[in-house]
Amino acid sequence: MAADTNETLVVPSVHAHTGQGLGTGNPADAFVVEPPRARTKKTPRRTRTNFEMLAWLFMRLSGVLLVVLILGHLLIMLVLDGGVSKINFAFVAGRWASPFWQGWDLLMLWLAMLHGSNGMRTVINDYAEKDSTRLWLKTLMGAATVFTVLLGTLVIFTFDPNI
Amino acid sequence: MPAGTLYRGREGMWSWVAHRVTGVLIFFFLFAHVLDTALVRVSPESYDTVIATYKTPLVNLMEYGLTAAILFHALNGLRVIAVDFWSRGPRLQKQMLWTVVGVWVVLMAGAFYPILEHTLLSWFGK
Repeated sequence: MAADTNETLVVPSVHAHTGQGLGTGNPADAFVVEPPRARTKKTPRRTRTNFEMLAWLFMRLSGVLLVVLILGHLLIMLVLDGGVSKINFAFVAGRWASPFWQGWDLLMLWLAMLHGSNGMRTVINDYAEKDSTRLWLKTLMGAATVFTVLLGTLVIFTFDPNI
Repeated sequence: MPAGTLYRGREGMWSWVAHRVTGVLIFFFLFAHVLDTALVRVSPESYDTVIATYKTPLVNLMEYGLTAAILFHALNGLRVIAVDFWSRGPRLQKQMLWTVVGVWVVLMAGAFYPILEHTLLSWFGK
C-alpha cells in the first residue's frame, strides 16, 4: 500500500486536463477535465460573456449601497420623530422638494429592484425544474420589475405638491 | 441506529436559508410599497388613506417584522461580502454570523419602542 501512494504523481491544477497525476494509465482518461473557461467558436453565445460574474459583483456593490440607503430610509420613516405617525402627503411633499431626497429615493428604487429581481432570478433558477416554468416565472418577474421601476421613476420625476 | 442522512448544515446553511427567505419577503414588499407610494401622483387623499393602513396595529407590527428581515439581510449581506473578499473571511464565517445575530438583537431591541410607539401610544395613552 505504501508503495502505491509513493508513486502518486502530483501535478499543478493547471495541468488537470491532461489527466497527468490520475495514474489510471488509460489514454481515454487523458482529457477527463476540460480546461476551465476555455472559450471557442463553438461556445454558445450566452456563455461567451461574463454576465453571471457581473451579476455576482453587482449584488455585492449594490448591497453595500442599499445598506446605507435603506437603513437611512427606515431610520427616517419608522424610527425618528414619531415613527410612522408623521407620514402623510405633506411629509412626502416636504422631502421631495429637495433634489437630494429625490435622488436618494430614485437610486434606492433602481438598486433595490435590480438587486431583488436578480435575487429572484437565482431563486427561480434553483427551484423551478421545468424549462418552460423557469422561462415563464422569469418573464413574469421581469415584466413586473420593469413596470415597477418605470412607475416609481415616473412618480418621482412628475411629483406635483399642488395636485 | 445510524443518524439520518438529511443534510443539516450548521451556521453556513441556515444563514443562507434565512438570507433567501428574507430577500424574497423584502422583494414582494417592495412591489407593494412602490405601488402605494405611487398614489401621491393620484391625490393627497388616496395617499393618506393607504398610509392610514400603515398606522394600524397589525401593519405597524408587520413594519417591525419588515425591519427585522431587512436588518438581518443587510448585516448578513455584509458578512457574505466579507467571506467573498476578505482573506480571513471564510475561516471566520461562523464568528461573523454570531456577530451579525448579536448586532441584530441589539438593534431590534432598540427599534422596538420607536417603531411601535404609534400603536403603543394609541393603546396605552400618553
